[in-house]
Amino acid sequence: MTTLPPSVPPALAATEVHAKVFGATEHLAPVASKVDVPVERMKQWLRDMLLIREFEVRCTQAYQEKKIGGFCHVYIGQEAVAVGCTAAVEHRDPIVTAYRDHGHALARGMDPKYCMAEMFGRIGGCAKGKGGSMHMFDRDNNLFGGHGIVGAQTPLGAGLAFACKYMDEVMDGKPSSRVVLCFLGDGALNQGAFHEALNLAGLFDLPVIYVVENNGYSMGTAIARGTTMAHSLVTKAAGYGIDGYVIDGMDVVDVYAEMKRVADRCRATSRPAFVDMRTYRYKGHSMSDPRKYRTKEEEEVFEAEDPIGKLQRRLQAAGQLGDEEFKVMQKAVRDQVRESVAWSDASPQPPMEELFTDVYLEPWGPYTGSTQPAMNGGTVNPAGFKTIDTKEELS
Amino acid sequence: MTALREIEFRDALREAMSEEMRRDKRVMLMGEEVAQYNGAYKVSRGMLEEFGPRRVIDTPISESGFAGMAIGAAMMGLKPVVEFMSWSFSLVAADPILNNAPKMLYMSGGQFGCSVVFRGNDGAGGQLGSTHSWCVEGLYSNVPGIKIAIPSNPYDAKGLLKTSIRGSDPVFFLESERMLGNKGHVPEEEYLIPFGQAAVVREGTDCTLASWGRPVHFCMEAAEELQKQGISCEVIDLRTVRPLDVGTVVRSVRKTSACVVVDQSWSFGSPGSELASQVHRHCFDDLDNYVHRVHSADVPTPYATNLEQEYLPNARKIVEAVRSATYNL
Repeated sequence: MTTLPPSVPPALAATEVHAKVFGATEHLAPVASKVDVPVERMKQWLRDMLLIREFEVRCTQAYQEKKIGGFCHVYIGQEAVAVGCTAAVEHRDPIVTAYRDHGHALARGMDPKYCMAEMFGRIGGCAKGKGGSMHMFDRDNNLFGGHGIVGAQTPLGAGLAFACKYMDEVMDGKPSSRVVLCFLGDGALNQGAFHEALNLAGLFDLPVIYVVENNGYSMGTAIARGTTMAHSLVTKAAGYGIDGYVIDGMDVVDVYAEMKRVADRCRATSRPAFVDMRTYRYKGHSMSDPRKYRTKEEEEVFEAEDPIGKLQRRLQAAGQLGDEEFKVMQKAVRDQVRESVAWSDASPQPPMEELFTDVYLEPWGPYTGSTQPAMNGGTVNPAGFKTIDTKEELS
Repeated sequence: MTALREIEFRDALREAMSEEMRRDKRVMLMGEEVAQYNGAYKVSRGMLEEFGPRRVIDTPISESGFAGMAIGAAMMGLKPVVEFMSWSFSLVAADPILNNAPKMLYMSGGQFGCSVVFRGNDGAGGQLGSTHSWCVEGLYSNVPGIKIAIPSNPYDAKGLLKTSIRGSDPVFFLESERMLGNKGHVPEEEYLIPFGQAAVVREGTDCTLASWGRPVHFCMEAAEELQKQGISCEVIDLRTVRPLDVGTVVRSVRKTSACVVVDQSWSFGSPGSELASQVHRHCFDDLDNYVHRVHSADVPTPYATNLEQEYLPNARKIVEAVRSATYNL
């Protein structure tokens, strides 16, 4: 264990900018210096954050080259949230998130080539190219999507927690053992589904943590323009009897340390939690956003708090990370992402049969409007009822 | 000969759910008033007592929330049955039931299915006014990824609901408040009814009547009347509209050369219009007249009894349609 020097609290001007974005007057006391985390673990987080950053940079480039279509939302600036949160839970704990989901997929362990190929619309993608940027699914890594409709994942998160608890307690007769991480943006706070989900989670004692990645803007709308009590989001959770926490999402060690506490408590009590995770996206909402709704100065304040630079500087100041070692780390990540792009380029488009697969588990299609789909199964009918065999070919 | 066991439609539904819950612990029931109140329509009467509050769960009035919660639970591998007190209330849950349940398997490239059954009352219940009288099959049958069953009698209700619960895909199961007290033969022994297999419920030679759900009874009433007038109708109960057993209707129309489709949803872009189109496609040279259709009137459902009766695809309208289709005007 190594004790690191504390991160420097932001200067006054920065505090004012924070207050302007989040409507908050307090600033968060750094907690990282109080926790012991093995240096190797922190280096892993640094690598993970670098990977997400590099991946998103390449993703932007590929979008400009028209290799990626549709809507695409990058995670640059928010890396500490996905990396710190996933580190604070177990791999078997389900994760569900919104449409800015590449970071969560990579942090959860998805190979970047499957993530990139999905966006390229290739058969090698995590969903065979049928989901796209906003819909990353990975069963092996317990990632239950990427969901494109704002707030839609919040009742799903309650349902995942319901099932985890039901399977443990009702089916196996054991104590509830898993927690669910359900990520959402601050814009989702204004959706009805979110409030219904919180009420249900509170009512049914569901072990789900709602992590609000509060980056201050829902697309171009500053949080206070769309959300009441923007300066104190935890009051929303309090209304549902759910404990709320405010965490500095720009410091991965803080995120880990605080989230570990929240997750452990959630697991032990089998109760929901709510986290106002203060973060910032350095790029636009999507690829087409010129960011006219905020100032350069504001962006610079948050760029100075870059979670990657912050951890890098702290490890270096503690003498735990040499320049050469960092360069090697950067190169390894660059190579990995470059390979994922090459792999995706080489992956073929989905074959045409894929158009009609995965619609039903028990298929009766394809339904073209002019053919009779085949059905499986026999016939049982009441006395007097007559069923004609439908398997005969129609001309 | 012993009398055949007759039970109510609601009892058939309960037997299906209870049998499947005894068989598989992944199956559970949730919805408004399903537990302590014994169900708003007494479908789940006694189930709380048998299965306890962990498997028969009262939810708040929160359709979007609990529908989404059931879908999340199904993604994890549970098999929830969700009761909507009325399918009219499913409209506030449109995003989870239309955007999540039917698309999850496809968008995840086959990784996450949703074995979930949504069931409840559909169609006019009797002077409930427009907001509570939806026939949602008109809207929802448009969506790939779901299956839709609309039984007309207790026997089918039980067999189709068991198939729905045991299956792996999301199912919308549409019942009718007006039929829950209807009695019919349901054997003691277990049976399942596969989806996509229509039943010929009355044989005839002059005109095919194709319908599903409550209007099947209107068709039987009309067929009875038409028999007196010398017109013999074959009545087909489609039982499911996704999948839709076009084949059984086609074979019947090749025999009768006339077809009337009866559908309680509105006519524009409906399962009825789809079936009519299919019959035209497959029976182009067999038909003596175009396929006639009887739907609910293209207006919001009225409250007044006389207006509501005239609004529905009633026996009188069906008789008129058959007489027209068979050139007996």
